[in-house]
Amino acid sequence: MIRKPVLESAGLDGWIVRLFETIDEGNLPWLSALSHRCEQAFGDALIDLVPSYTTLLVVFDPITLSSSEARAMLCQVLVDLEPDSGVHDGQVHELPTWYDISVGPDLPRVADHTGLAVTDVIEVHSQRTYRVFALGFAPGFAFKGLIDPRLECPRLDTPRKRVPAGSVALAGRQTAAYPTDTPGGWNLLGRTSARLFDRQREGFSLLRVGDQVRFVSVSRETFEREGGNSKPMELES
Amino acid sequence: MSHREKPQPSIQVLRAGPLALLQDSGRFGVRHLGVTQGGPADLYSWAWANHLTGNPWGTANLEITFGGLQLVAERDLDIAIAGADLGATLNNEPIPLWQRVRWKEGEVLAFVAPINGLRAYLAVCGGFVAEPVLGSVASVVREELGGFSGKGCKLAEGDQLSVHAGGKNCGQGSMQAPKEARPDFSQPAVLDLLPGAQIANFTGRSLFDAFNTWWQVDDRADRMGVRLIGPKLHCNIRSLVSEGINLGGVQVPPDGQPIVLLNDRQTIGGYPRLGSLSPLSASRLAQCLPKLPVRLVARGHEAALREYRSFRKQFEPGRASNVML
Repeated sequence: MIRKPVLESAGLDGWIVRLFETIDEGNLPWLSALSHRCEQAFGDALIDLVPSYTTLLVVFDPITLSSSEARAMLCQVLVDLEPDSGVHDGQVHELPTWYDISVGPDLPRVADHTGLAVTDVIEVHSQRTYRVFALGFAPGFAFKGLIDPRLECPRLDTPRKRVPAGSVALAGRQTAAYPTDTPGGWNLLGRTSARLFDRQREGFSLLRVGDQVRFVSVSRETFEREGGNSKPMELES
Repeated sequence: MSHREKPQPSIQVLRAGPLALLQDSGRFGVRHLGVTQGGPADLYSWAWANHLTGNPWGTANLEITFGGLQLVAERDLDIAIAGADLGATLNNEPIPLWQRVRWKEGEVLAFVAPINGLRAYLAVCGGFVAEPVLGSVASVVREELGGFSGKGCKLAEGDQLSVHAGGKNCGQGSMQAPKEARPDFSQPAVLDLLPGAQIANFTGRSLFDAFNTWWQVDDRADRMGVRLIGPKLHCNIRSLVSEGINLGGVQVPPDGQPIVLLNDRQTIGGYPRLGSLSPLSASRLAQCLPKLPVRLVARGHEAALREYRSFRKQFEPGRASNVML
């Protein structure tokens, strides 16, 4: 059950609506419902909505709305808020993933840390359907979870300067795939051929908050046929 | 908007300097995709440069950081430079800032090095031509979005920049900014902070220190954020579940040294915050060179909003709010 929501100022043109304290998949239908209500209530005065795990940042146009007016609207929006009943449950995505040490050099590290065999790490990681909790860090980078507690593994002590696009990774109880080449400190398990950030796609990002994602283990052949980059990590520089 | 003819290459980049970026007012409506806002780090000076050339609010102009940029005009242009004094010259003669100037074909416009402030804005009558990406031409190098290339690239030697062909009379903007509208960026800055977020979780001593210290601007400063050096601030929360961060957010990581988040910040973050700078104070901070002292002053929403609306009203008289506070 949701406790009393808290509104926190986020400057001249923003409010953070805090609905929860802890990360839980059950938060998503509430945040989704709140987002849709805000879109309706604010109309043209709405600039951005940033949902994330437990909160929604609402950014509005300060020329047409003052903070106190926006606050009053949010209080109204929160009255009788009900979670979305599956209507906005998010799309389901299957990401073809080639789990291999050449593109997932941290498979042995995760195996060591968790006491599982590498094959078990792959099996456990590809079994679950994950939910997207938040996008951030880089365009299209989707924080997903929660992974099986048996796979929990801290991030690297020293982040890599460059992680190739498509890399599938985990850290703590979350998992993600890197949409573009960026620095990164998560444990790399393999690579997906899915295009996570594509300029040909409306909105560019494949994934949105609330979407459901499963990593499907595929062979190198399938991965390459679907356009995956099989260049080994050590040759990537 | 005035009539616009077919765009044509109008400016060539002779030397690129460290960082010159095309910026419109920013990329909005896409932050939920992890895409940052971008746009001018100093919105105030950016808006003045547009205004002086008669360009409407939102027109893209160039943000030139540090200097080192040399451009040659391939046809006559009307321009205005606002913001930092980077020792700009036109054919080796000092060029006046904060006013409209004629830049003749073949003349070289050069930005040298910071004299007062850090970022100059060069607006061209008619506006630069670039294809929007996710609704904006704002350049974000890290995200590879926007700019002339669409890939977020900073200007490079040899680039040809297109300008909308403006008529003889390009808009009704005033020709010169009044003296009092031109900030002295070399003076210590007093920044308005709207308290919020986790401010209640900071210790009393830290709150006293936050608002009674001349903080020093660190050299770890870029379009993502500016670090301030001073007494160590303590919060009884070390990290939070990541949440959306707005422009000007003042976050305090475990080392106790605040970071003010600017236009290219990541969209979400998990450090406790004292609140947010007002948009005009974020602009002011973006002009501070390393080592400059700055002070944080707690400000109420209403006063900050009144100031911000009167700033916007100068540039968009048609869109002024009638709402009384």
